[in-house]
Amino acid sequence: MPDTHFYRYDDYDKTLVAERVDQFRDQVRRRIAGELTEEQFKPLRLTNGLYLQLHAYMLRIAIPYGTLASHQLRKLAEISRKYDRGYGHFTTRQNLQLNWIKLEDAPDALAALAEVDMHAMQTSGNCIRNVTADHFAGAAIDEIEDPRIWCEIVRQWSTLHPEFSFLPRKFKIAITGSPNDRAAVRVHDIGLRLWQNEQGEVGFEVIVGGGLGRTPMIGKTLREFLPRDELLAYLEATLRVYNRYGRRDNLYKARIKILVHEIGAEKMREEVEAEYASMRDSALRLPAETIEAIARQFAPPVLAEQPAISGKVEALRLEDRDFALWLKSNVAPHRVQGYAIVTASLKPAGSPPGDASAAQMEGVADIADAYSQGEIRVSHEQNLIFPHVAIEDLPVVWLALGRLGFAEANVGKITDIIACPGLDYCALANARSIPVAQRISTHFAGLAQQHDIGDLKIKISGCINACGHHHVGHIGILGVDKNGVELYQLSLGGDVDFGKTAIGTILGPAVTADKVVEAVDALVATYLDTRSAGERFVDTYRRIGAKPFKERVYAAV
Amino acid sequence: MPLFSEAGLPASFVPLSFADWQSRPEWPAVSLANTDPVEDLAPHVGRLRLIVLNFPKFSDGRAYSQARLLRGRMGYRGELRATGGVLQDQIPFMLRCGFDSFESDQKGFEEALAKARTLFSVVYQPAEDGRVPASRLRLDHTGPAVG
Repeated sequence: MPDTHFYRYDDYDKTLVAERVDQFRDQVRRRIAGELTEEQFKPLRLTNGLYLQLHAYMLRIAIPYGTLASHQLRKLAEISRKYDRGYGHFTTRQNLQLNWIKLEDAPDALAALAEVDMHAMQTSGNCIRNVTADHFAGAAIDEIEDPRIWCEIVRQWSTLHPEFSFLPRKFKIAITGSPNDRAAVRVHDIGLRLWQNEQGEVGFEVIVGGGLGRTPMIGKTLREFLPRDELLAYLEATLRVYNRYGRRDNLYKARIKILVHEIGAEKMREEVEAEYASMRDSALRLPAETIEAIARQFAPPVLAEQPAISGKVEALRLEDRDFALWLKSNVAPHRVQGYAIVTASLKPAGSPPGDASAAQMEGVADIADAYSQGEIRVSHEQNLIFPHVAIEDLPVVWLALGRLGFAEANVGKITDIIACPGLDYCALANARSIPVAQRISTHFAGLAQQHDIGDLKIKISGCINACGHHHVGHIGILGVDKNGVELYQLSLGGDVDFGKTAIGTILGPAVTADKVVEAVDALVATYLDTRSAGERFVDTYRRIGAKPFKERVYAAV
Repeated sequence: MPLFSEAGLPASFVPLSFADWQSRPEWPAVSLANTDPVEDLAPHVGRLRLIVLNFPKFSDGRAYSQARLLRGRMGYRGELRATGGVLQDQIPFMLRCGFDSFESDQKGFEEALAKARTLFSVVYQPAEDGRVPASRLRLDHTGPAVG
């Protein structure tokens, strides 16, 4: 197995995952034999990543902290060919979904995953879900500490946790190690932000009770600064308070955000701190050796510094406009001089956001092997990332991505749309999401125009559960069903940037599916007509308010 | 409902509801709803022989926390019985939280209980069954056992 620059399973991890596959194989056998009712089987399959969707079973594979090695991505491609229809869908939680799995094949698919130290544990169900992180972790120029060290520590602690496997509702944890939050930590059940205090110590700000869904809320800070070795004790205390006192009478009021909202952040803090006081010195306190051993596995690759400017890159920049735009939108600074972080856009014009065929996954794995230390990241914006690319190699990586259809220079732009699977796949959805994303993406396909419009995040959900994060889109689009007609509600001003996290405000009456593009067009036109120099769409909205946008939209539709 | 026990003969005391037990706290057996304040038993755990915890539905996991508080924080050593929605696939979790007897009418429960402690040879977190988590075992080795 090739060397990786992130956590490698040892025999303990491999054994646990293998035993979990055996257990699930027996559960599937009992279900097929009729020994388990669907009601009894449901939580068992969900905690192994298996959903029953509109047309078939869907398998949601965990990609812990969004980090993949090339051989793992090749295995995902192989699994999607063998057990599915040869493609997969990268999700807003850094997972991969296969939409056409057969129940009887699921144990074999999980066994194939285990061959490359992967699993689908706790990607669904009322338990602690797969932990997400900044997709630039370990490479970002602004990073204080690699958050994936802590994600892995939380992954192990939360896996098959005996006390927290039947929580009131699902529980999502996100961790960032940078002041520029790329992990949306204020809209998770628990968000953890690593920061350095005045004494130079690194610890966590612990944010609890954020979330989207039908009651969007910004999380509250329960602890300004938590010493790192106390993380698991504090998490266990918080989860215990939630498990005991979270509401179970109403599915829609069962998330921790409702508990925090109903009892208040002050009371929540008291409860958690009281619980924590009696466990802080327990076996949960992390020994320095444990932290160091895991941190060592995330040691960054050794990259020799190189000139920050490459003649090849500069020549192509002048020669090819698309390459120049791609450098601006899809290439981010790296902590080592002479390197860059490259985002492969899984949003070519008119395509379903986040989809990749098996051949495309293999192509991405090849590029990672040749130019990015064999490593790939999945972002919550449904793109793939090469974390360690030499600036010198940018032209060849761009050409290779172009052959895969992943070189669209649109990261952060109007066509870099987040969308949930929507009514085409999801049993919960009220409306389609992907076709709406495709229409907007086709309409705004021109790259020069997109770069002129600048940073603009459109997020689309097909129902109130908000898997497409519409509340935090600069433009949010929510599909609703009104007497059997699919309508779309627009909201403006949402944001997940740290310090600016905001829930969008509904613009006005919902519009029909065939008017969504016109409505977005009117929003963009209002911005272009009124923006001041350097202002992004969302800045203009904050300055001038909803009225001018509203007037133009409802005149157009 | 059939009763299964890991620890030999189960206690034969009839448990009182928490409300009734509060007026007779010398009685050695009590049955708690999963909303009853388990902390109130702390001064009495040395005397109690049977505590029954309830799962109104198998998907309602509050009693797992009650069990861990009784075992871990209050040091209760008597019989800890799970009743209500108790299904065989929950046994590994229940054992780890300190339960040692179970009321269940699910077919195959007894065989599942016999196997439950061997389903997973690795655990990742400390709980109430004395098992040593992987993170601690790793410290006893000179390096990680990469397979």
